[in-house]
Amino acid sequence: MVSLNELVLVCLTYVVGLFAIAFLAERAALRGRGGWLLRSPVVYTLSLSIYCTAWTFYGAVGYAARSGLEYLTIYLGPSIVMIGWWWVLRRLVRIGRSQRVTSIADLISSRYGKSNTLAIVVTVMAVIGVTPYIALQLQSVILSLAIFATPDAGLAGAGDAPFNRAQAAFWVATGLALFTVLFGTRNLNVNERHHGVVIAVAVEAVVKLVALIAVGVFVVWGLAGGVGDTLQRIDASAIGEWEVKGSRWAALMFVSAAAFLCLPRMFQVMVVENNDDRHLQIASWAFPLYLMLMSLFVVPIAVVGLDLLPAGSNPDLFVLSLPLSQGQNGLAMLSFLGGFSSATSMVIVATLALSTMVSNHIVMPIWLNLRRGGATQSGDVRSVVILARRLSILLIIALGFSYYRVSGGSGALAAIGTISFGGVAQFLPALLGGMFWRGATRMGALCGLGVGFVLWVFTMLLPSFGMDVALSQSTFEQGLLGAGWLRPQALFGVEGLDPTVHAVVWSLSLNTLVFFVVSLFTFPDPIERLQGAQFVNVLDHGGSARGWTASVAGSEDLMIMAQRILGAAEAQAFFRQEAKAQGRSGNLPEPTPTFVQELERELAGSVGAATAHAMVGQIVGGTSVSVQDLLAVADESAQMLEYSSQLEAKSRELSETAEELRRANEKLTQLSLQKDSFLSQISHELRTPMTSIRSFSEILRDAAKLSEADKTRYASIIHSETIRLTRLLDDLLDLSVLENGQGNLHIGEGALQDVLDRAVTTALTGSENPITVTRAGVQEDIMIRTDLDRLVQVFINLITNAKKYCRADAPALTILVGRRSDGITVDFVDNGEGIPADAQAVIFEKFYRATGAEGDGAGLGLAICREIMHRLDGEISYLTSYDGAAFRVYLPASALASAQTDQSELTQPA
Amino acid sequence: MPQRRMFLERRSYRMRRMMDALRFLPLIGLCLWMVPLLWPLPEAGHTDPMPMSVALKYLFGVWLALVVMAWALWRYTRGQAEADAAQGPSDRAP
Repeated sequence: MVSLNELVLVCLTYVVGLFAIAFLAERAALRGRGGWLLRSPVVYTLSLSIYCTAWTFYGAVGYAARSGLEYLTIYLGPSIVMIGWWWVLRRLVRIGRSQRVTSIADLISSRYGKSNTLAIVVTVMAVIGVTPYIALQLQSVILSLAIFATPDAGLAGAGDAPFNRAQAAFWVATGLALFTVLFGTRNLNVNERHHGVVIAVAVEAVVKLVALIAVGVFVVWGLAGGVGDTLQRIDASAIGEWEVKGSRWAALMFVSAAAFLCLPRMFQVMVVENNDDRHLQIASWAFPLYLMLMSLFVVPIAVVGLDLLPAGSNPDLFVLSLPLSQGQNGLAMLSFLGGFSSATSMVIVATLALSTMVSNHIVMPIWLNLRRGGATQSGDVRSVVILARRLSILLIIALGFSYYRVSGGSGALAAIGTISFGGVAQFLPALLGGMFWRGATRMGALCGLGVGFVLWVFTMLLPSFGMDVALSQSTFEQGLLGAGWLRPQALFGVEGLDPTVHAVVWSLSLNTLVFFVVSLFTFPDPIERLQGAQFVNVLDHGGSARGWTASVAGSEDLMIMAQRILGAAEAQAFFRQEAKAQGRSGNLPEPTPTFVQELERELAGSVGAATAHAMVGQIVGGTSVSVQDLLAVADESAQMLEYSSQLEAKSRELSETAEELRRANEKLTQLSLQKDSFLSQISHELRTPMTSIRSFSEILRDAAKLSEADKTRYASIIHSETIRLTRLLDDLLDLSVLENGQGNLHIGEGALQDVLDRAVTTALTGSENPITVTRAGVQEDIMIRTDLDRLVQVFINLITNAKKYCRADAPALTILVGRRSDGITVDFVDNGEGIPADAQAVIFEKFYRATGAEGDGAGLGLAICREIMHRLDGEISYLTSYDGAAFRVYLPASALASAQTDQSELTQPA
Repeated sequence: MPQRRMFLERRSYRMRRMMDALRFLPLIGLCLWMVPLLWPLPEAGHTDPMPMSVALKYLFGVWLALVVMAWALWRYTRGQAEADAAQGPSDRAP
């Protein structure tokens, strides 16, 4: 049998060993060595195992002995959360890192506009919720010590003759407080990472796992005789049947999953101490494996314990009493150390997390308030923060100790644990709502938390003390103040539910409902909205909240404050680094919003977001959110819309440009084609007379005997061809001059009649086949003012064409003059066959010639006419309404000289 | 807006589906662990209660299977999660 003294000695040795490990780890971290171990996924996973406290180590067996497999719910819930890391934990860890969150209270307050009220509420709730849990750890250590102290009576869980439990509890509490103070508050560090504590916790995780498995192996193979026999024994035992109520199964699994996320100590190791997403990925399977191994041997130990140990033994201590009863002192010692490890690691981390919350959110704000305007004073605040934190640690452990003393160490471990879980699970709606829903507001969170907390106290915490302790029996039976619908275990008259399920369902559902509804109807302030957007979109961008319009902030003031919190050397280094980043040579950076934001983050790592915000606010002044920030929050969506509409406009512009280019290209191609055909026609036109000139001149040169008549004939052919060539060239020149808009118009005034006279006379001169020209003399009595010579040219052309192409037996041309409001028209109508419909569109093109026409024209006449009329602001067109060919020349009203008779006199001489 | 490709090459496609599996795994676990809700309870008057050993084997079997699958998925997708995270919310795209 191990004596109590031996046990204490072993215990002390173990603790000293832990101290040494923690100390070495701290030193290594300070020197920047050993990072591979301190920041390894194994250590991360093992540190998560503080989820398994003494409640697991001792309580799970007791739980199994009392209620069968229900104990598994406590481990299945967290397993699902871990396996589903991708959904929630990944976000949580990312938010924790990007916002430099120091605790769950910090996270919630930070999300809801860095509200300190909310931080205080969460802190108080957490302290109240976790205190029973700390008491539970003390209780389990004391119980296990008591078993060694009074081996015979201990099995029955009674007897304190040689062992003063109160005293022992006191010393255990003191020892725990000492360890926590020593390693938890040594440094006030960025992000609250505690390497020493984490390593110690990891070592303890291994110890408790090894211890529990060792006991399990001993029980299964040493006592029960193998796996098959154990299973048979299990089926034959009092807990041999499945008897867990469905509602409890589901509710407990849910609560444990919620608590896994919300417990301050879990938040500490899982989020605050995390520095790499990959660790989370590995823990996603490694931690469920750990939990599985921890709970694997629980049922066998419970069953064998029920079998072998005398009736009335405390099943919570089977893990210890089974080896002891079998004389396995070494194993019992190991088991004790495992339980001790579970208890101590939980107390240390939980206390640390809670003390950070208490000092950051309660003590520091009060202290700052008492010394309002004091943020710029000199002096190191760090000592104040550390002192506050140490006092908080002592306070929290003292609370746990008093709870233990008051509750008299009674009650099954499992029941106490469940109550604690129910309490912290109340954070869940505010936490998840804040992470996934931008509409969640501070008011909503406050109201939800308040309602949930009150219901939890009323339906779970107070009834747990038993009848007539906190709540009177009449309250249980008739309800609060006699209101029947306010019975703590049958709220709103809903009876018949299991008390735990009842409490969980009512508190969490009303909590969520109130949180949601109040959020819907309240409006968040700008910082809240900014933070909300950052939390919800944390995976999209690592961007940070810019909160300060810092132009008023003096860098010196900020420096003084930073020195007090971060320490002089660290603060100066930080400022120097920032100045360098800004490209400034001195030690003081420009107080840009980015810099102040960065500084606030840095401070938040030491004193929490709300306090840091308040302190920076004291210096920087009112502040807060600039219009740009709001715009940024308000809508990524609006930005995207704007962006896409810009793109749309650009693409529209592009397609328009492309269309224009296409049109220009078409035009160019057309022009090029026209040019080509023009050239080929020109060369053809030139070539024909040249060919005849050449051939006839060759005949004249080479043929010796030519009659005089022939000579004359050939020479006159050559002559007429050259004339034709000259005319062609003249026409071309004329056309090109007209087309290019070159050449001056010789504006003159004259009677239309005279113009027509000139044209007819010229056109009909020397004519072989005469054409009768009919004119209407009276109508022609109009004075016009235009380039008369050009107009004559047009008329001559038209008359010549009629003469040339009119195939009638007695060719006749009628010239009709009409007056319109917008000008005058002169129609030339002959009695021929007219121009075929398909040719009408092209008669004004260059080189067009009517089919079958004698070839002395170059086909440029009408083209020239069109150009001339164009220059004269008039037009020439083909009239389809007559049988014969009919052309209309139109002159605009501006060409009428009658309106300007006074001017006409002046210009007449010209 | 940069146009995202509609189809991926085989390897990235497989990777995406593995990430889907990763996301789906907790749901499977939850469903399997809720199966005990269907088991008969002795107090409801059932004559054929579920033996403890079977319940133990089932629950731990599911647990082990989940751990193994989570491990296998981690082996397959490690590195992918960070890449996805860096890429932004596009990993949610079907």
